Amino acid sequence: MSDQLSIMCVSGLHERIQMAAMTAATAAVSGTRVTVFLSMNALPYFIKGHTIKPPQEGEMGKLMASKNVPPFKQLFEQAKELGGATLHACSMAMDVLGVGEAELDGALDGPLGLTRFLSDAADGQILVF
Amino acid sequence: MNEENVTVVDARGSFCPGPLMELIAHLKDINVGDTLELLSSDKGSAADVPEWVDKVGHEMVSNEERDGIWHIRVRKTK
Repeated sequence: MSDQLSIMCVSGLHERIQMAAMTAATAAVSGTRVTVFLSMNALPYFIKGHTIKPPQEGEMGKLMASKNVPPFKQLFEQAKELGGATLHACSMAMDVLGVGEAELDGALDGPLGLTRFLSDAADGQILVF
Repeated sequence: MNEENVTVVDARGSFCPGPLMELIAHLKDINVGDTLELLSSDKGSAADVPEWVDKVGHEMVSNEERDGIWHIRVRKTK
């Protein structure tokens, strides 16, 4: 595995956000530097006061909802707390949504532009969910 | 083994990567040389946790299944 893993999470579907969070947490606690970039339909779930759960894509989502699967927000927080991952909101998506830094979920490390994200990711792997 | 220095972490019922995260969170709280026993009902974690232990350099003490529960013992080495 590369020392740098950059995760771009753009889907608003539960299974995809869950897989992004699982990957971020597991890689981060295994010594990989992880940067998560939340954009498009994924970002609204990381805005303060957003309580609607993401829709399920298919059968796995329904099954996960009935089992004790760690919530994706908890996994992203563990990626950060236990593995030093950084979580960023896409500055473009923030502009489209009309939200400022103060409205981002407390676990986020603030806005990040695509240019900077790609620059940081250049020497590692990028995964898109 | 000195049983007094075994901390049990009960992650039964949690799915991947929940048991691994529980293990790591508790490893931070024990002393080097002490052992942690993770209880997990998740078969995937029984394979995944030893992979993590090997990768980061702690020591696998044992990994046994008893009645559908994996008892995974890890010694903190650093």
